[in-house]
Amino acid sequence: MEKLYQIWKKFGKNFEEGGKLQKLSSFYDAFDTFLFTPQTTSKRLSSHIHDGADSKRTMIIVVMALMPALLFGMFNVGYQHLLATGELIRGGMNAALFWKAFGFGLLAVLPYIIVSYVVGLGIEFCVAQYKHEEVAEGFLVTGMIIPLIVPINTPLWMVAVATAFAVVFAKEVFGGTGYNIFNVALITRAFLFFAYPSQMTGDTAFIRTDGTWGWDGGKALVDGFTGATPLTQVATTSETSLMPVDFWTAANGLIPGSVGETCIWAIALGAILLIITGVASWKTMLAIFVGGGVTAALFNAFGPDTAAANLPWYMHLVLGGFAFGAVFMATDPVTSARTECGKWIYGLLIGFMAVVIRVLNPGYPEGMMLAILLMNAFAPLIDWCVVQRNIKRRAAR
Amino acid sequence: MALSQKTKEAFLGPLNVNNPVLVQILGICSALAVTVQLKPALVMGISVTIIVAMSNVVVSLIRNTIPTRIRIIIQLVVVAALVTIVSEVLKAFAYDVAMQLSVYLGLIITNCILMGRLEAFAMTNSVKDSFMDGLGNGFGYAWILVVVAFVRELLGSGKLLGYQVIPDSWYAAGYENCGMMLMPAMALILVGCIIWVHRALNDKESK
Repeated sequence: MEKLYQIWKKFGKNFEEGGKLQKLSSFYDAFDTFLFTPQTTSKRLSSHIHDGADSKRTMIIVVMALMPALLFGMFNVGYQHLLATGELIRGGMNAALFWKAFGFGLLAVLPYIIVSYVVGLGIEFCVAQYKHEEVAEGFLVTGMIIPLIVPINTPLWMVAVATAFAVVFAKEVFGGTGYNIFNVALITRAFLFFAYPSQMTGDTAFIRTDGTWGWDGGKALVDGFTGATPLTQVATTSETSLMPVDFWTAANGLIPGSVGETCIWAIALGAILLIITGVASWKTMLAIFVGGGVTAALFNAFGPDTAAANLPWYMHLVLGGFAFGAVFMATDPVTSARTECGKWIYGLLIGFMAVVIRVLNPGYPEGMMLAILLMNAFAPLIDWCVVQRNIKRRAAR
Repeated sequence: MALSQKTKEAFLGPLNVNNPVLVQILGICSALAVTVQLKPALVMGISVTIIVAMSNVVVSLIRNTIPTRIRIIIQLVVVAALVTIVSEVLKAFAYDVAMQLSVYLGLIITNCILMGRLEAFAMTNSVKDSFMDGLGNGFGYAWILVVVAFVRELLGSGKLLGYQVIPDSWYAAGYENCGMMLMPAMALILVGCIIWVHRALNDKESK
């Protein structure tokens, strides 16, 4: 390891002032701090920082927390594809089909990951080099979340355009990582949602019916195939109560949906890692689930007589992007509320808004994205109010 | 015709360095509302140019007789008369566009560029200078509208002036119009981008 490090450092000489590759110094710097703990430490007695956990390591933890959801999502993409083409019948899983499903999903999801990282990091590197700054690490997580929240049938160029838009207009114009008001991954999704609505909604958006890389494509779909997500079914039905799937099916996640959002257990694994390492706040997460659950229960009891309002409250928490958004996106330390009391208010309101949008607006079967973006905008205000209240209370003492 | 330095400045300034939209951030509301397509934006730009220039001339002509206390009302009457004339002319000769512009045609009267120019320039300057200033500000406003509308119509509907310019083969290959471009929010972002470029260029000049 030491030897490797020496070679790497020698290589790095090229990038210093006056070196051959000076123009690319931000690249080197980014990989240097990504691969190795920085050697520069704060001076003794001048700072209270006593931990190597800089934001690169924080980001890596989040990426690791996303892995269960990503792996399961890949499998589910293939699983839904095999169901749609009739190769697999529910309950008829065997080892060969399992690996086929996973391989298909891997090949289907991988291009999204590559596109989002190449476009996003490309812009980040250019901006960093232009401004003579170090490359900020914020995109590590964003680039991994984007493939998990876009429908699997979205054309790649749309993802590229949306990613570029989000990185430039939601992040770089505000000053880069740590200064953005809105969650960058959600802006990507919101851009796709408003710019290309036909790709983002409807019955065919969430299941890859065609092949990937020319593999397993062009097959006839089974009779009566519908690719609508459970939430879309609930939003579009004319009946007053509809239970598209039962609780355990929804939680296990073998249902149509965005790649990362379906399996509650995979998300829970990630949530546990985030909470243990202290990266994300358990208060925000809990508050969102409480807020969403209570609101949905109120709709159950007093709401209008529609299928969405009659959907049991616990189903709201496991369907769609509710859990994924609550764990991975609402807790983004940059865009969420920062005061401890503010986190409760912020979370409760996200849960409340998400369910309200789902129930009262049939045009938006999924309300989590808009709810989080909306509360992102209000997070600074919440913090300000909490701080002001504290100041007043202390002054009165 | 040799124009004095001041007259030239009155015309050229608002086109770039002192642009009403980019620098003074005036007239944004209509810039967002009428720029979904190129044609209404063009008509709007021309209308505003005519109205600013003419009202500047009229107000400059009578500037010495206007009592200071009621000057705003008098300016408004002048502008309202011109707006009415222009909108009637448009209704007569370009009915479709007039309908597309709908209330925004009448709302030219509240366009802050107009009142700004009348108050800041026409009240204190000669008729010729005021006319050139009005033309300059009108064109300065119009070119922003045209640029924004060009991008929005091209990317949002794949058309220019109502004609299909993006070939069908592109759509067949999977290209899609960006629905976001049809929303006012995107117009705001586009105006922001133009301001961004404008500031970046002008900063370099001043250095």
